[in-house]
Amino acid sequence: MSQIQNMEQNNDGNLSQVRHVVLVLSGKGGVGKSTITTELALALRHAGKKVGILDVDLCGPSIPRMLGVGRPDVHQCDSGWVPVYTDAQKSLALMSIGFLLEDPDEAVVWRGPKKTAMIAQFVSDVAWGELDVLLVDTPPGTSDEHLAVLENLKKHRVDGAVLVTTPQAVSTGDVRREITFCKKTGVRILGIIENMSGFVCPHCSDCSNIFSKGGGEELAKLTGSTFLGSVPLDPLLSTSIEEGKDFMQSFPESATFSAISSISQTLFNSLQTA
Amino acid sequence: MADVPDDAPEHCPGTESEAAGKSSSCQGCPNQKICASGATTAPDPAIAEIGVKMSTVKHKILVLSGKGGVGKSTFSAHLAHALAGDSTKEVALLDVDICGPSIPRIMGVEGEQVHQSGSGWSPVYVEDNLAVMSIGFLLSSPDDAVIWRGPKKNGMIKQFLRDVDWGELDYLVVDTPPGTSDEHLSLVQYLSATHVDGAVIVTTPQEVALQDVRKEIRFCQKVKLPIIGVVENMSGFVCPKCKNTSQIFPPTSGGAERMCADLDLRLLGKVPLDPRIARSCDEGKSFLTEVPDSPAAKVYQSIVQSIQDYCSNRAKEEQSNT
Repeated sequence: MSQIQNMEQNNDGNLSQVRHVVLVLSGKGGVGKSTITTELALALRHAGKKVGILDVDLCGPSIPRMLGVGRPDVHQCDSGWVPVYTDAQKSLALMSIGFLLEDPDEAVVWRGPKKTAMIAQFVSDVAWGELDVLLVDTPPGTSDEHLAVLENLKKHRVDGAVLVTTPQAVSTGDVRREITFCKKTGVRILGIIENMSGFVCPHCSDCSNIFSKGGGEELAKLTGSTFLGSVPLDPLLSTSIEEGKDFMQSFPESATFSAISSISQTLFNSLQTA
Repeated sequence: MADVPDDAPEHCPGTESEAAGKSSSCQGCPNQKICASGATTAPDPAIAEIGVKMSTVKHKILVLSGKGGVGKSTFSAHLAHALAGDSTKEVALLDVDICGPSIPRIMGVEGEQVHQSGSGWSPVYVEDNLAVMSIGFLLSSPDDAVIWRGPKKNGMIKQFLRDVDWGELDYLVVDTPPGTSDEHLSLVQYLSATHVDGAVIVTTPQEVALQDVRKEIRFCQKVKLPIIGVVENMSGFVCPKCKNTSQIFPPTSGGAERMCADLDLRLLGKVPLDPRIARSCDEGKSFLTEVPDSPAAKVYQSIVQSIQDYCSNRAKEEQSNT
């Protein structure tokens, strides 16, 4: 009994200084949830905010590589796990299951109940300290991980979710289901982001709509959600992500930078005014 | 019987888990004694039933990744179309992506219904010799979300394998969701009394994808699922205007080619990005029929041929062994 009470105290303690919690969802895999989570975090940090990322994609934890933190040891303090900081100023904190795996090629082959238990630990046992925004990166789908995150965050406020899609109907088809998930579970939809929105050839500047066109805005209209903006396909972004470099710092002149900055500003403003 | 009973405590490991009845979460559960006795870990009778059902299916191919959005469904659909291109072959495509069933749209049969008869559920026919089954057909609206935990998803997969009236098939292609979780474990478990030819692993060139794909390969090795080979999708983009190639998803760690060399796997082919592929999928048409002369279509055809050769060689080996 006292163990449960302690856990509840930890719950409040560890998230009590986190001002805003935003889930990054899709329904569709491979649309760029982790990439967008990383870039939004970097954009917010460059705007002077203290940011945290919780990576609950147990089967495919991508964030550690994207932030270039490698495989550090994680430590515990009295209040729980100490998150990994990407910089000396501690302006960007990260906790990922990736840190707990001894072998990075080891598959996490867990069924639902075990994933649920692990996520519960993550959400309640990370000593985040003071944060302006905690971004929660999720795997695709509407299953155990998503339910676990919501169940464990419900003691603390969840501001809402941003939904990431690509322009194609095959993608928006899945994201529509994720929107239903949000409505059913009472998660406010902060907006829709369309990723991989056209490719401008670096040689001739012709734009190709590799993954079709317009789906994000259509989806926003169809579901009455806010369209936060579109991010183009950019090999410089893909390379930065691969190499764990800070794209927002390296390429401030690019169209991709403008898109992401604008989205992060709109998002943060909506969090403040809610 | 549900894997997690209704009266189980919050962190029930599942009645079929090795920890059933023995974990700390089991304290106080009314089912603890039964679970601890091992009765619930007895093999599911459905496994034998599925073994019998699948005996009329000559070749079973699973399409896996580890990473989402690399083109598993796109590839599965086109593999099925290509195999069914031979009208003497009977082909079926099973979509076990319970949360994100894309196959009905990609195959152009979104909105179709499945029917039940005495011999089971009848799949949806795209061509006379090409059948499809997906949870997508059981949903009444495109907005319906399937918000199910693992055990319920497992139950659905069991039904798909046991209760669908596939008939005699030359090929059953199974499209899977990303990851290494319930769906994948259940698929392998329920097919354990039958022979699966192998898995085709789909990836894109970047390390962010390969990182997850290596885990999937480990999973296959752990469950002794043979790997037919690896397909590298989205492998470069040729600008239709100036014809220069851009690596939109750069192979910073050597791409699938290097991974296959490292892990001694066959690289079946590298499919370039082509906007017409996404368009075909959105419109429910086969890219292979729409744009048969494109570089991507040619690579697909070569990959399909390799898979067909693998399956028939395996069948010959089996025959010579018995």
